[in-house]
Amino acid sequence: MESRFISEINGKKNYSNTMSDMMSEKTEDAKTEAPIAEKYKLQTKDVNVFYGDFQAIKDISMNIKPKSITAFIGPSGCGKSTFLRLFNRMNDYIEDFKMEGKIKIDDKNIYKDKIQLEQLRKEVGMVFQKPNPFPKSIFENVAYGLKIQGIKDKKLIADRVEKALVQADLWNEVKDNLSKSALTLSGGQQQRLCIARTLAVEPSIILMDEPTSALDPISTAKIEELIHHLKQYYTIIIVTHNMQQAARISDYTAFFYMGELIEFDKTKKIFTNPEKKRTENYITGRFG
Amino acid sequence: MTNVQKNRLKDQLFKFWGIACTLIGLVLLVIFIGGILIDGLSRIDWAFITDLPSRKAEKSGIWTPLMGSVWILVLTAIISFPISVAAGVYLEEYAKKNRLSALLEINISNLAGVPSIIYGLLGLEVFVRIMNLGASVLAGALTLSLLILPIIIVATREAIKAVPGSIRDASYALGASKWQTIWNQVLPASSGGILTGVILALSRAVGEAAPLIIVGALAYVPFAPQGPLDQFSVLPIQIFNWISRPQQGFIDNAAAAIIILLLITFIMNGIAVYFRNKWQKKLQ
Repeated sequence: MESRFISEINGKKNYSNTMSDMMSEKTEDAKTEAPIAEKYKLQTKDVNVFYGDFQAIKDISMNIKPKSITAFIGPSGCGKSTFLRLFNRMNDYIEDFKMEGKIKIDDKNIYKDKIQLEQLRKEVGMVFQKPNPFPKSIFENVAYGLKIQGIKDKKLIADRVEKALVQADLWNEVKDNLSKSALTLSGGQQQRLCIARTLAVEPSIILMDEPTSALDPISTAKIEELIHHLKQYYTIIIVTHNMQQAARISDYTAFFYMGELIEFDKTKKIFTNPEKKRTENYITGRFG
Repeated sequence: MTNVQKNRLKDQLFKFWGIACTLIGLVLLVIFIGGILIDGLSRIDWAFITDLPSRKAEKSGIWTPLMGSVWILVLTAIISFPISVAAGVYLEEYAKKNRLSALLEINISNLAGVPSIIYGLLGLEVFVRIMNLGASVLAGALTLSLLILPIIIVATREAIKAVPGSIRDASYALGASKWQTIWNQVLPASSGGILTGVILALSRAVGEAAPLIIVGALAYVPFAPQGPLDQFSVLPIQIFNWISRPQQGFIDNAAAAIIILLLITFIMNGIAVYFRNKWQKKLQ
């Protein structure tokens, strides 16, 4: 299996048949959504993930619409974070990691060509559980993603930094202290800085791995508001342990359990009238 | 006596035992430094530092060995720093965790424990004879570089390990390559720790006599080295030489030279501690 994975990475580009692949996938998933290729930003097909002998993800196929908020919920260790980290290939650094199946973003298989890793991560930003600003100034933090792309134009960088900080609703709090160390900010500000840092690169998808679990309720509310606002520009996927949060901010909710996708539907449906008994038990707090 | 009282007594006893043990080292150091200060302090003046060596004790100065030590220090730093930091980065960031890297790791730890005189023999064979550098400053610096490489490599790895993984994640997630992440995030964040290791290693190198004697550093050099291929002496060798003379005047010279050498190492260690504290604060 591993050899197949590697050969897929190094293999020739055969995008010619991806379109037909997609169409066939569509008909299989026709129950959930209409089979129009442009409709989906992100598609996964029969994805399995192994860490050595342990199977962390079991056969998950899922389609995510552009400019929507999708929440991943489920008990700890259910694989939702692992699944999220597949979309920007952050699992690649884990030893013994092995992945099967297809993940397509804008119709391109992101596990096909290794050299596109940096490009992929420009396209798919990520915000982590604990705020993790670099031990540098606020400005440097936001500018970092641009600088590593080789952008030298100071005016352009300054503009993008300001725009990102405004978008992340942090500009008014830090505009006079851009050269101050990012570590002097409060936890909630740090997390918004991390969001700004991601926005500055201008991705189209933002992955959020429990972005508010380390924050107080007021900071959490601010970030939720921000996420809601960002929806008009970005496709957002958020992992959360907080059921109310999923219900409050997401359009779609996916419930994971033991590495399987149990149910994936409109959030309203999941929280009011879930198809599966297990989903209902989880969201009503009977286990998990 | 109740149990509680017994335990309190034990507590007290252990505390005093601990204080006594701590004091042993401190008292010995004070006696040692005190003795040296009494012998040597009156001998130290500007002329002592800038005078060339002489057959007469009162006319002798430490200019040539002091300059020799400075040359050795600078050259050793230039040679060992890039090599050992690169090796540390490779081992920590790039090397796959397999048998070979485990073997390398054990080897490096063992190298750090090899007696310095062995390095002297290696330096004599490789640098002085095979590379034909002669008993030069460069040969000495290369030898001492070998000696402190493992120390700096270990310090570099520790410093890199202390950089939180979340910083790497953040950098990768923004589209940085491995090298960009190491250069822009990991190395700056670990620079304090690396610098501390480098300075501590250098302050060990500046006190070494044995390997340099074997390489061929001389006790009597009439002039301070002008280039990397000149002959040289260093402070520890000069001290060793003076102390083995029968005249009291040379003994006093030795004490004075020891004060200078101690001053150099104390200052270096002080700088190292300063960097370490600053670095630890920054990472928190």
